[in-house]
Amino acid sequence: MKYQQDLMIEKKEFLNKNNFLLILKSRTSLPEILPGQFVNILVHDVADRLLRRPISIHDADYSSDTISVVVQKIGKATEKLSLVNEGEVLNVVFPLGNSFSVEEKRPLLVGGGVGTAPLYYLAKKYYERGIRPVVLIGARTKEQLFLIEKYSSIADVYISIEDGSAGEKGLVTDNSILQKEFSAILTCGPTPMMKAVNKEALKKNIPCYVSLENRMACGIGACLCCVSDTVNEGNVCVCTKGPVFDANDLKW
Amino acid sequence: MEDIRLNTTVGSLRLKNPVLTASGTFGFGTEYEDFLDLNTLGGFIVKGTTAEKREGNPYPRLAETPSGMINAVGLQNKGVEYFCRNIYPQIKDKNENIIVNVSGSSIEDYCKVASMINDLEGIPAIELNISCPNVKKGGMGFGVNKDMAAEVVKEVRSVYKKHLIVKLTPNVTDIVEIARACEKAGADSLSLINTLLAMAVDAEKQKPLISTVTGGLSGPCVKPVALRCVWQVSHNVDIPVIGIGGIMNATDVVEFMLVGASAVEVGTANFVNPSVCREIIEGLSDYCDRHRLNSITELIGKI
Ligand SMILES: Cc1cc2nc3c(=O)[nH]c(=O)nc-3n(C[C@H](O)[C@H](O)[C@H](O)COP(=O)(O)OP(=O)(O)OC[C@H]3O[C@@H](n4cnc5c(N)ncnc54)[C@H](O)[C@@H]3O)c2cc1C
Ligand SMILES: Cc1cc2nc3c(=O)[nH]c(=O)nc-3n(C[C@H](O)[C@H](O)[C@H](O)COP(=O)(O)O)c2cc1C
Ligand code: FES
Repeated sequence: MKYQQDLMIEKKEFLNKNNFLLILKSRTSLPEILPGQFVNILVHDVADRLLRRPISIHDADYSSDTISVVVQKIGKATEKLSLVNEGEVLNVVFPLGNSFSVEEKRPLLVGGGVGTAPLYYLAKKYYERGIRPVVLIGARTKEQLFLIEKYSSIADVYISIEDGSAGEKGLVTDNSILQKEFSAILTCGPTPMMKAVNKEALKKNIPCYVSLENRMACGIGACLCCVSDTVNEGNVCVCTKGPVFDANDLKW
Repeated sequence: MEDIRLNTTVGSLRLKNPVLTASGTFGFGTEYEDFLDLNTLGGFIVKGTTAEKREGNPYPRLAETPSGMINAVGLQNKGVEYFCRNIYPQIKDKNENIIVNVSGSSIEDYCKVASMINDLEGIPAIELNISCPNVKKGGMGFGVNKDMAAEVVKEVRSVYKKHLIVKLTPNVTDIVEIARACEKAGADSLSLINTLLAMAVDAEKQKPLISTVTGGLSGPCVKPVALRCVWQVSHNVDIPVIGIGGIMNATDVVEFMLVGASAVEVGTANFVNPSVCREIIEGLSDYCDRHRLNSITELIGKI
C-alpha cells in the first residue's frame, strides 16, 4: 500500500554546504518501510516546475513515526526544498519502489555522494539482525562527507577521498577494504561509480545490487518514463521494479 | 454519494461526472487504487494498446519544461492479446466506463486491436489514437492528413460496434478539417488534444534531453492551445467532444466545458497529485453550488 500524506517537517539540518537532512513526521503510524525505498515529494512554488522529486529514505523510525531524507541541492526544486521551515508540511507519496536484500551474510555497502544516504537505513537493518556491515563511502573532498559518526555507530566505516584529505586517497574501488571477502556488494551513488563497483564484484564473483536514479514523472508505475533496459525483461520501470537491481540484470 | 448534478453523457456513454483520465497517464487504473476509488471517476482510459508488444523508446524518455513535460514513451505495451487475457479480467469491474486507447502503425493493426476489444463486454468504448505514424506511408501521422484520418476511422468503424472516440492531434494546420473528416467517417465522439510535438535541449551537454530528440508536450503549458482546439472543433461538428490538455483542477474543467466539451480527460496532473481527480470532482460539486447549477451540462458550449 502506498500513501499520500502531508508530513510535518520536524527538523531541517544542513550536514554540509550542499546536503541537508529533513525529518518528516506522519500523524498516523508509519507503514513498513524497506531499505532502498524512496519517497516522492511535492515541492511547492518552484518557478514553473511541476513534477514531484524522488528522494531515497535515509532512515525511518516507527516509534516517532518519522522518515528522514538527505537531499543534495542541485537544481530548482532541491534548492527550494532547502528553504523550507520546520513546522511546515510537505505532501509526500511513499513508500515507493523495491528494496535491498537484508539477507546477505557479509555485505559490503558502497555509497558515493548523496547516494550514501539510503545506506544508513540499510546498515541499520543489518545491525538489527546482528550483522555489523562494512560501509565504504566515497567523496571528492572531505567537506562532502556527512553523518560519518552516525554510520560508525552501527557499521565499520571506510572512506575514500579523491584528494586524500581524509580516509584513503583515491576512488572507492581503490580502497583496501575491497581486498577482504564479502558475500555481496550493495551500492548507491553516481552511475560511473556503481559501474566500477560492479566490476570489482565481478572480479570477486559475488552479486552486486545497485540503486538507480532514473528520471521519474509519476513514481508509481503509471507513466513508463523511468525505464531501464534489462537482459530478460526489456524496458522495466525503475520506480516499481527498482530502484534496486542486480547489476547483472541491467543492460548498462 | 454521487452528485447527480455532475452526470453527463458522451453520445451513448453515461458518465457519473465529466472526469475521465487520459491514456498513458493512468496506467491500467490499478496503479492509482491506493489514492482514489476508481469507481468515483466518470471513467478511465487505459494505456495505448497495439496489436503486438512494443518495447517503446530508449531512456531518457522524459524532460521537464516550463509548466509541463515532454515524454517519448513510444507506446510501450504488451500488446492487445496480453491486455485481453491478463489485464482486462483484473480491471473490468472497477468502473462502468473503462476505455481502451487503441494505437497502431497500420490500418490492419488498428482493426485487429479494435475488433478484439469489441468482444470485451466490460469495455463500452475505444479511443482511437490517430497521432501515431503510419509506417506504410513513410511514417506520416494518420491524424495529420484528413484522408488518412478518414480512412483509418472508416475501417475501424466497420469492425467496431460500440462507442468510437477518435483522439485528435493538435500538430496540424487545420484541426477542424480533420475533425469533420473523422465525424463523416463514423466517429461517435472526438477527444482532444493529444500532446504537442516539442523538444528540450541540455545547454551544458549540448545535447537533446530525450533519446528521440522530439517528444510530446503535456501539462498546464498546453491548456491554452487545447482550449482553442476544443472551442474550434466543438462548434464545427455535431458529435460530442472530450477536452484534454493541462487540466489541473475543477476550474480548468469548467473552462473546457464552457468552450464545448461534454467531458474531459485529466493527464499529467495525475503524476503531480495521484488523488487529483477526487479533488477535481469535489471542486465541480462546489462550482455547481456556487453557480446554482442543476446540471453541469448547462455549461457545455456557453462560449
Ligand atoms: C529513486 C531516486 C532516489 C533519489 N534519492 C535522492 C536522495 O536521497 N537525495 C538526493 O538529493 N537526490 C536523490 N535523487 C535525485 C533527485 O530526485 C534529483 O536530484 C532531483 O529531482 C533534482 O531536482 P531539482 O529540481 O533540484 O533539479 P533540476 O533543476 O530538475 O535539475 C538539476 C540538474 O540535475 C539533473 N537531474 C535532475 N534529476 C535527475 C535525475 N533523476 N537523473 C539525472 N539527472 C538529473 C538535471 O538534468 C539538471 O542538470 C533520487 C532520484 C531517484 C530517481
Ligand atoms: C507519459 C505520457 C504517455 C502518454 N501516452 C499516450 C498514449 O498511449 N495514447 C494517447 O492517445 N495519448 C497518450 N498521452 C497523451 C495524453 O493522453 C494527453 O492527451 C496529453 O498528455 C495532454 O493532456 P495533459 O496535459 O492533461 O497531460 C500520453 C501522455 C503522457 C504525458
Ligand atoms: S516514474 Fe512513472 S512509471 Fe516510473
